[in-house]
Amino acid sequence: MVSQSQAIVRQGKIPPPRPASARRRHSRAFWRRTLAGYAFITPNFLAFVLFVAGPVIAGLALSFTSWDLLSPPVFVGLKNYNNAFFVDPLFWLALKNTLYYSLLTVPLGIVVSLALALAMNQPLRGIRFYRTSYFIPVVCSSVAVALVWKWFYNTEFGVLNWILSWFHVPAQGWLTSSGWAMPAIALTVIWKGMGYNMVIFLAGLQDVPQHLHEAAAIDGAGSWARFRYVTLPMLAPHLFFVLVISVIGSFQAFDMVYVMTGGGPGNATQVYNYYIWQNAFQFFKMGYASALAYVLFALICGITLIQVRYLGRRTHYELG
Amino acid sequence: MAVKAVRAKPAGTILSSRPWRTARRAVIHALLILVGISCLLPFIWMISTSFKEPFQVFTFPPEFIPNPWSIAGYQKIFTIAPIGNWVLNSLYVASVITVCQLLFSSLAAYAFARIQFPGRDVIFMGYLATMMVPGQVTLIPGYILMKYFGWIDTMSALTVPFLFGSAFGTFLLRQFFMTIPMDLEDAAKIDGCSYFGIYWRIMLPLIKPALAAVTIWTFMGAWNNFMGPLIYISSPEKMPLAYALQLFQSQHGGEPGMLMAAATMVMLPVLVLFFFTQRYFIEGVTLTGIKG
Repeated sequence: MVSQSQAIVRQGKIPPPRPASARRRHSRAFWRRTLAGYAFITPNFLAFVLFVAGPVIAGLALSFTSWDLLSPPVFVGLKNYNNAFFVDPLFWLALKNTLYYSLLTVPLGIVVSLALALAMNQPLRGIRFYRTSYFIPVVCSSVAVALVWKWFYNTEFGVLNWILSWFHVPAQGWLTSSGWAMPAIALTVIWKGMGYNMVIFLAGLQDVPQHLHEAAAIDGAGSWARFRYVTLPMLAPHLFFVLVISVIGSFQAFDMVYVMTGGGPGNATQVYNYYIWQNAFQFFKMGYASALAYVLFALICGITLIQVRYLGRRTHYELG
Repeated sequence: MAVKAVRAKPAGTILSSRPWRTARRAVIHALLILVGISCLLPFIWMISTSFKEPFQVFTFPPEFIPNPWSIAGYQKIFTIAPIGNWVLNSLYVASVITVCQLLFSSLAAYAFARIQFPGRDVIFMGYLATMMVPGQVTLIPGYILMKYFGWIDTMSALTVPFLFGSAFGTFLLRQFFMTIPMDLEDAAKIDGCSYFGIYWRIMLPLIKPALAAVTIWTFMGAWNNFMGPLIYISSPEKMPLAYALQLFQSQHGGEPGMLMAAATMVMLPVLVLFFFTQRYFIEGVTLTGIKG
């Protein structure tokens, strides 16, 4: 761009800058660009500083204080972090529940949506219909979905228990028993998210070059071998992406838990994000909640970095 | 998005014989239909329940076809709840956010992609760095900021922080602007077109598909937002629909017919939008997902 503007100057379309100005280091075009650039980003940038960057720093500062919103905040050093790690048993419980929730939702969610994508990457009739129906749960409000599933899971009048009664499975209190509540929420979350992941996988599958399949087939590879050694490696970037966002998403679960169980029964579905919200807006422990949020931030960063380090590297295959 | 066929099958093996292929296809269809039913069943159940009177709701085994069909649930919502307000609140919040965000995000995205100015790359790195930060980190400082502005329990708390664009939307649109060849822009520049003119008349029309995807996902996100109203809004008449639904549950949890009618009404606008703009929804996933 610089050389081009100089070229325009040389062609004489724009009057050349006065030659004697040794102090003037930049051309008029430079200032015009700078002004335009800042004019374009200013609204966005100010809002970013005020509502994102500022709060991120303020959150860290708050995590070293004790504050109930009524009296002024008091600096307490690392006490909040100390409390979380060594005093508060609910912190560990919430963390454990969140890990359990991740383990339930992430692997199964990926396997189901990958299977769907593989099935749909075939010359079949009605693909559009299937895709639409799998995608409907994705676009619906999580609160509405949670309410519908709550009714679906209803112990006495719910459809699930009715279907299971055909197979002589006794009625379960899906959301009211501490053993089933978390798997029940996980199933709803997988159900809601599988259409999204499926679309990503399907896009990936359609990018796998046909000639690789043909070459493998000529070398005598069966369908499993072609899946394992052609499709899967070619799909690795998509798998990696879905894995990373699913893990991050699972650590931030909130809406479904709030509506379906409210963290109960007992503390069976007390997940980390719910515990942060409770501390901040029910117990008004703003400092402690900020510390919890920063621990979550560190956790997410750590887990994502591990994934990038150990998996991200293996996901690049150049095509000759 | 066209679904391409995988045609490479090794010739001559038993697996490629005709009956086998038909059987295989039938199995795949059966599985896809089963999953399709499981995707739709909860919604069918919701709609069916929403047209039932209380005495029809509590039956086991459940009846999928309401007998008789009743709109009492819908009528009752309108009489006991300010549902018109809720719908208007949601529409207001979602449209204002979508329109403003589209404008300001695309402006910034264009500058980040195409205008060379000092400090640009440092600022953009700042944007990228915060995209990793989970929303919980900014939740409490954000709340305190709103309190300081005196916006607790007002619509401003739900809209203003999102009006000027998001780091994510800016990032996404920037990636799109980057893919457009420079030639067009250069020609316009030589003709004396201003930066704003280039952005408005040349670049924006070229990224329409991306704008459509961002519009839809932004609108949907704002319509379905739950955490924001939960923290900021306490007066029932100021609540957006998706959040009010939760309040409704705590007050009328014992009336599934009415509750499901309310849930249907929350989902309906987004579903209608989805059916008419499905392509952009699905393109949006692949755009935001991989290429973004």
